[in-house]
Amino acid sequence: MEMVKVKVNGIEVSVPRGSTILEAAYQAGIDIPTLCYLKDINEIGACRICVVEVKGIRGLVTACVYPVSEGMEIFTNTEKVHAARKMNLELVLSTHNQDCLGCVRSGNCELQKLTKDYGIKDTDAWSGEKMQWPVDNSAAHMYRDNTKCILCRRCVAACSAVQGIGVIGANERGFETHIACAFEQPLDATSCVSCGQCIVVCPTGAIAEKDDTDKVWAAIQDPTKHVIVQTAPSIRVTLGEAFNMPIGTNVQGKMVAAARRLGFDKVFDTDFAADLTIMEEANEFLERVQNGGTLPMITSCSPGWVKYCETFFPQFIPNLSSCKSPQQMFGSVAKTYYAQKMGLDPKDIVVVAVMPCVAKKFEVGRDDMSAAGDGIPDVDIAITTREFARMIEKAGLRFDRLPDEDFDPALGIATGAGHIFGASGGVMEAALRTAAETLTGKELDKPDFVEVRGTDKGIKEAVYTVGGKTIRVCAVSGLANAKEVLTKVENGEASYDFIEVMACPGGCINGGGQPTQPASVRNFVDLKSLRAGALYSQDEKMTMRKSHENPRIKELYDTFLGKPGSHKAHEILHTSYVARPKNY
Amino acid sequence: MKKISKLPFNGTPEQEAQLKAWLDENGKKPGAAMPALQHAQEIYGYLPVEVLRMVARGTGKSLEEIYGIATFYAQFSLSPKGKYKIAVCLGTACYVKGSGKILEKLEEKLGIQSGDCREDGVFSLESSRCIGACGLAPVFTINEDVYGRVSPEGNELDAILAKYQG
Repeated sequence: MEMVKVKVNGIEVSVPRGSTILEAAYQAGIDIPTLCYLKDINEIGACRICVVEVKGIRGLVTACVYPVSEGMEIFTNTEKVHAARKMNLELVLSTHNQDCLGCVRSGNCELQKLTKDYGIKDTDAWSGEKMQWPVDNSAAHMYRDNTKCILCRRCVAACSAVQGIGVIGANERGFETHIACAFEQPLDATSCVSCGQCIVVCPTGAIAEKDDTDKVWAAIQDPTKHVIVQTAPSIRVTLGEAFNMPIGTNVQGKMVAAARRLGFDKVFDTDFAADLTIMEEANEFLERVQNGGTLPMITSCSPGWVKYCETFFPQFIPNLSSCKSPQQMFGSVAKTYYAQKMGLDPKDIVVVAVMPCVAKKFEVGRDDMSAAGDGIPDVDIAITTREFARMIEKAGLRFDRLPDEDFDPALGIATGAGHIFGASGGVMEAALRTAAETLTGKELDKPDFVEVRGTDKGIKEAVYTVGGKTIRVCAVSGLANAKEVLTKVENGEASYDFIEVMACPGGCINGGGQPTQPASVRNFVDLKSLRAGALYSQDEKMTMRKSHENPRIKELYDTFLGKPGSHKAHEILHTSYVARPKNY
Repeated sequence: MKKISKLPFNGTPEQEAQLKAWLDENGKKPGAAMPALQHAQEIYGYLPVEVLRMVARGTGKSLEEIYGIATFYAQFSLSPKGKYKIAVCLGTACYVKGSGKILEKLEEKLGIQSGDCREDGVFSLESSRCIGACGLAPVFTINEDVYGRVSPEGNELDAILAKYQG
């Protein structure tokens, strides 16, 4: 790689040709603030917070997109730079709703931090007219408050470039510019799939999840309710970030202890339901292969992806696995099998799900999600990792000092296969482990299918020979990638037997409900690979790494469901899909 | 903010075929969105959701992206124009001579707001920037006809509008 030498504030660094000033400064140990810039997502050089001086260049340049050249001398801390950044910030603040105290992002707002860092005492220095916008509260999973929007357009880029959807954008011009949907429609009238990638990139409190923690507190405090919680595979490797722990720390034990101290009657693991999903899904796949069913079969764990498929590619609905997602399977089992075992009326059970995902809030309200019948929902409340962290904060739990505790065993035992569900390729690998052993009747030498692992590529392909059968697989994450793969399959340019799709890039570990990380972290740290790595290392340490080895799953089939794909399993664990009108 | 028309869409199959032919040929070329919108507005006279959706599909962009462009540029209208398009000049000279009052009176007489089209499709009303006829201020135009030094009071405006009723 060709390197160029540059000086940042007198410090000489050598960086690859094509690097930006921002990257060179990082090499020199200097952070340059960014508001609109987010690596690989939004590179438009518009907000001008990152301006620096370069010797020989008139005026200030935007460090986020300006490439370095040999011998360049960059100054990031001159009076001119500070003055320009300060004024730019003051102008952003001049039309910003400064109702910061109770804002959901107070304490981790990128604008608030910069305002403090730049010592802006008068946040109304350029006071004048402020635009008034109504809050769009229409969707089940999120709201958008444009009075807190700084027009960085990260959300627009996440929606259109990363996810290939584009239901939000900048409308009107000048002072009236605002982020909204076409014809000012409410979000829920559009083809938003509720992935929440717009939320995790928002630097301020303009876009956030609908907070459902009050409902959870109310349930916990209701003595007539048996309130149980399930925690998704990926949240144990992200929750720690909300408590300033290093990215990729596995906090499973403390997470369980925290849930117990919040007052849940039982603390269970969605990973158990992930193992159950694999039993059903691997069985469904083998049935389709052996009986000439519709192939490729496509996974259905990711509700953002399912809604995307229903809206944009309804012709692939027959390809979707009929299996409910682990969240919903958990709820189904809790309100039938578990209720029966515990002698509880399913109406008195409240299932709370802690998810890396905002689409799960939409999923709980989908049709055909009532295993117990009578309109009793499988899952009552889905909250995100962020909301769960807020509950822990509110309860005053010292997260770092909590002991490590174990899940309650009834629905809390899981295998390594369940753990890796949270990363792109994980569902595929877990299914292959079980499908391979079911087909051959023999134990795998090594249960690793490493070709489908990794978060650097959005599309991963592999061909495996299992029990004499060739299985062509593809693991996709990010909906723009899903669109590419499905278009190729449709045009006959690619052919697979089994496709895993996760709506969010890298999988659930990078879901729309995960703790937000500021641009200063996201621009330089590979969040996805650190978080996914923590799941794979947990899997490696397990003695049970295949779903069908889970003793509690065996017990569930032996005493209640019969066998995978049985009539009862279909009634309880499978669901249906609908083509949705396009509005995008 | 641009006015979004609530009037029903009355596009004809001929118009649709005309736009589709243009989009099939040019829609996927780089930078096609602007000319596509101009072309669509020439065909339909304005850009309702039905037309923007055709442009979005034809250019491979999302409806919102196309809507963003349509609301950014002043030349695009989301409301239909009437058979007779009334434009009241709000340039400096006309304004100080009371054209604001004329606009107000016309809104009242036509029963629509500036930027709207009357439901019967006969009149639409909008304001314009200086049209260079300051000597006749206050000025307004109805299609190609120019009316200067009209008083907002009395029957003058009614008499002018009456000429176009038929």
